[in-house]
Amino acid sequence: MAGKTLYDKLWDAHKVSEREDGTALIYIDRHLLHEVTSPQAFEGLRLAGRKPWRLDTNLATPDHNVSTDLAERQAGVAGIRDEISRIQVTTLDDNCTAFGVREFSMNDINQGIVHVVGPEQGATLPGMTIVCGDSHTSTHGAMGSLAFGIGTSEVEHVLATQCLIQRKMKNMRIRVEGDLAPGITAKDVVLYIIGQIGTAGGTGYAIEFAGSALQSLSMEGRMTVCNMAIEAGARAGMVAVDETTIEYFKGRPFAPKGEMWDRAADYWRTLVSDEDATFDKEVVLQAADIEPQVSWGTSPEMVAGVSGKVPNPSNVADEDSRKGVVRALEYMGLQADQPIESIRLDRVFIGSCTNSRIEDLRAAAAVVKGHSVASSVKQAMVVPGSGLVKQQAEAEGLDAIFRAAGFQWREPGCSMCLAMNADKLGQGEHCASTSNRNFEGRQGFGGRTHLVSPAMAAAAAIKGHFVDIRTWQEGAA
Amino acid sequence: MKPFTTVTGLVAPMDRSNVDTDMIIPKQFLKSIKRSGFGPNLFDEVRYLDEGQPGMDNSKRPLNPDFELNKPRYAGAQVLLARKNFGCGSSREHAPWALEDYGFRAIIAPSFADIFYNNCFKNGLLPIVLADDIVDRLFDAVASTEGYKLTIDLENQKVVTPEGDAFDFEVNAFRKHCLINGLDDIGLTLQDADAIRAYETRREQETPWVFGHIR
Repeated sequence: MAGKTLYDKLWDAHKVSEREDGTALIYIDRHLLHEVTSPQAFEGLRLAGRKPWRLDTNLATPDHNVSTDLAERQAGVAGIRDEISRIQVTTLDDNCTAFGVREFSMNDINQGIVHVVGPEQGATLPGMTIVCGDSHTSTHGAMGSLAFGIGTSEVEHVLATQCLIQRKMKNMRIRVEGDLAPGITAKDVVLYIIGQIGTAGGTGYAIEFAGSALQSLSMEGRMTVCNMAIEAGARAGMVAVDETTIEYFKGRPFAPKGEMWDRAADYWRTLVSDEDATFDKEVVLQAADIEPQVSWGTSPEMVAGVSGKVPNPSNVADEDSRKGVVRALEYMGLQADQPIESIRLDRVFIGSCTNSRIEDLRAAAAVVKGHSVASSVKQAMVVPGSGLVKQQAEAEGLDAIFRAAGFQWREPGCSMCLAMNADKLGQGEHCASTSNRNFEGRQGFGGRTHLVSPAMAAAAAIKGHFVDIRTWQEGAA
Repeated sequence: MKPFTTVTGLVAPMDRSNVDTDMIIPKQFLKSIKRSGFGPNLFDEVRYLDEGQPGMDNSKRPLNPDFELNKPRYAGAQVLLARKNFGCGSSREHAPWALEDYGFRAIIAPSFADIFYNNCFKNGLLPIVLADDIVDRLFDAVASTEGYKLTIDLENQKVVTPEGDAFDFEVNAFRKHCLINGLDDIGLTLQDADAIRAYETRREQETPWVFGHIR
């Protein structure tokens, strides 16, 4: 019998029952909740007179539309200026209290973007099934777990039954082999992957990211890669467990301790694909081919290396794709064949569940140190992923580096990644953003998003246009 | 949930690939804590010429005359004809809520994003995958025939054209059953409560660290 993939193992371990039509009832170990996709689910429970199946698997925190402005945050939930946002955050608080769900509320030091908070607290662990009403739940696959986003009806289903009815996905493995060149980060790796396989390349698959380049990444880097699995169409992305994984969870608040830790770690070490496992699809890419990536269009597959150019529609053979390129260039206000480095920025955003962890902030601060934000850049902001990331960054003096350069240092939340709060782009403005989506209007009505790594975003803020981070000299003017 | 058996409805075209959920319903409308009322803001950024905000009187906003759904010939459409990878992006169920609230009962495309596809079934909305060449033919037929209607027969899994052509489509048996009967799948899952409890008892022995830690 052929061996099992990591995904096969996680699926089998959580199968409660199978149905004749090929679907299965899958047990959910951890359920994360936030204010945007949960109110209708709690309301559904209430209307049906149902209670949560169990409470100790749920963890909630408001993140999508909380303000990142210190003064507004200090005024508490009652001080949220946008009335509809205030109602939504209040509703989460009320629902968590009424149903007994553990919540890190808005001004708790542990609050933050749900996908930063989960791993940081050890609330999401290797080997678990993890869901959340948010497509970037794939982030948690970085630790060797099965994690995917769900809709609000499924949020209600998990609350009521602790299970989901699922059809097994197909197995895909993407191997990135070789050493990443200096300056090339996890973000460049995942943008490059999406550029290669397309935004629907992973549809119907669970993707295991593997290969020596992936294994060389820290846990934070692996989270960045898995976070954007959904941008390649895959609900779930994952990386096999190794010692980097296990080391990361040692001492985390909700992680097992003592003898239980040893038992857990022994189990976690089995969470790798067997050598003789077969995949329905395999893609092999070379790390040496990856240069710093910049998205130029309105879909995450529309990326180019920083030394490259904006594409020319006349070189695109497929008619459907050509129409897409023409429309994207028009929306983005870019010229065909324009060098990527000539794109000028109005705003810079460093944050989001893709790139707001301590390692991301350190990378950006290293670039910024000793420089100032270009006068042509209207706003450059850093939004830490959680209260604990913010605290750590401040202990290391990173906030001082950012402030000295002219960056704004904000309170944790999703912020300008999806512009549900006051942080947004104006019409026609170009933004270097460390977030995950460059869809039309994503960061504000008419806003133009360029997805990049934290170091690339930081350098763009200093120069006012994109520059190749590989040529950056730290501390030089 | 509204049961779905057979629907004969006007077809409206959405001739773009990779229509994402931000386009289907922009983020500012996700602040609602209700499930209904999203229809007037479906495709808001391409449907209107101004920037929409919750609470606006949408009937007074300037419409984009080039957007298909604004053309009188597509008023009252129940079937949306779309291109590949429809519904990519976020997991927001507000996307199918908006389509359903607008009046759509079915969406036909060569492919759908996984989460969106799944969310549709929870809301009485049927996503139908047809081959590229058939979708191309349907786009041509819709463009050349005012009032073009399709019949969606879920029981027999067929899309039937006015000319009498019938195209078969696939749908999972359980989802089909729930859709035809308008069933709430939570109730069905709870029929397996004993199996869920048995699973928990076994897993609490095997992986005790997973249980009981978030309090």
